[in-house]
Amino acid sequence: MRNVITIAGREFRSIFTSPIAYVVLTGFLLLGGWFFFNLVARFNLLVSLYSSFQQMGDAASELNLNEFVVAPLLQNLAVILVILVPMITMRSFAEEKRTGTYELLLTSPIGTGQIVIGKFLGAAGFITIMVGLTGIYPLILAAYGNPEIGVMLSGYLGLLLLALSFVAVGLFASSLTENQIIAAVTGLVMLLLLFMISWPADSAGETLGAILRYISVTEHFTEMVQGAIDTKSLIYFASMVVGWMFLTQRSVESIRWR
Amino acid sequence: MIEVQELTKRYGDRVAVNGISFTAEEGQILGFLGPNGAGKSTTMRMLTGFLPPSAGSATVAGYDIGGQADEVRRRIGYLPENPPLYPEMTVQSYLTFVARLKGVPRGRVRGACEEAIERMGLADVAGRLLAHLSKGFKQRVGLAQALVHDPEVLVLDEPTIGLDPRQIIEIRGLIRGLSGNRTVILSTHILPEVSQVCDKVVVINEGRVICEDSRENLTRDASLEEVFLRLITADTAEREKTAPDADGREP
Repeated sequence: MRNVITIAGREFRSIFTSPIAYVVLTGFLLLGGWFFFNLVARFNLLVSLYSSFQQMGDAASELNLNEFVVAPLLQNLAVILVILVPMITMRSFAEEKRTGTYELLLTSPIGTGQIVIGKFLGAAGFITIMVGLTGIYPLILAAYGNPEIGVMLSGYLGLLLLALSFVAVGLFASSLTENQIIAAVTGLVMLLLLFMISWPADSAGETLGAILRYISVTEHFTEMVQGAIDTKSLIYFASMVVGWMFLTQRSVESIRWR
Repeated sequence: MIEVQELTKRYGDRVAVNGISFTAEEGQILGFLGPNGAGKSTTMRMLTGFLPPSAGSATVAGYDIGGQADEVRRRIGYLPENPPLYPEMTVQSYLTFVARLKGVPRGRVRGACEEAIERMGLADVAGRLLAHLSKGFKQRVGLAQALVHDPEVLVLDEPTIGLDPRQIIEIRGLIRGLSGNRTVILSTHILPEVSQVCDKVVVINEGRVICEDSRENLTRDASLEEVFLRLITADTAEREKTAPDADGREP
């Protein structure tokens, strides 16, 4: 446990001392702000349009903040995470291999599993802060409007779990190479595939379709954004994190097979 | 202290280290001598538990490098060819990190770091970022890193490579000061280094030990340069005569 904390602490601090982290963080918050601004502006427009048509009666009260602002905001942030999480995780193993500090880690009396868990926690800490900072937008909504808090929390939990799964995938990509660019591109492609793998589900037949839907992050994430925290989704995200970390551990360990 | 028996490392068809055996006693500084590509680094990486051997075995401080790897790792300080430094850390925070990693007890971490900093003369740069240090200081931090947990065995891979003459002399002095009851294995292809620092010499060529002897014996009636060149030339000639050629056919 102490080893895990040692590794995680160093990883976390190292992310924060790298300029990449600040560029990613700024970009993420900038885009998040842009989405939020536009979604709220559109919502305003819709409200004023609806209420100007007298014959539609109560139509304006049908509009709700969760459906028109929070849900699309979370969906857009998820897409941005697909691109930005690999930028944060690309260094974790690749950089250590390139500079030779990998030799220090692997000749220390700690297990490869502890290294992987530590690195995951370090990167997960950063990503959690990054996602957490966008929490300002729901807070603004709660202060000036009346969104459903429960649905918002469920959606944010979904976004966080999605981000943590992405971190595990990104770590795995980074463990395969000593080149950061290759790590980033591999991670990005894997995440995009995870995102889109359910596309042929409707035409793929019943069983295969169901499998594709289950593998894809999109289905589970969308459910949580709509406010449904299903055990199935929680198990899915947990197994994503554990599964990819396990593969990362195997990949780190593989230097001892050759 | 260190016993190596028939240690072998193969990468596919290429044999990097071919059944080498040697021993080092407690308190000895063993010079591991050989041309570039002879298998020095690979042997050291196997001893430190970074790479698994393809065959053969070795014990370090009584522990087997295969079955008791973590016990071995606890007792070895290792300076790889490139000092394993995180450029964004300060000397102090880096050594603290390594001390924790090597399992120094919580209450001893601070003291262990201070001791290593003191020993390697790093007090003036303790708060500086590793990225901003000169090559000589980086090498010293590398050494400090290797001995922060007070290991019984030190494995140093070409510790003076790329340094200027004054730094080389300093580092050699530090290494000599490190022995005592520690066993030091030091690889190099710089011959004067061996004659100045080491008690025992193991010469390897193309993955095999061709000579293992004390420095006095080796340099009794010729300089180390002559002995080394004679050994390497004779060994290479011998090998070309008897070994199968590149296609694997017997000559």
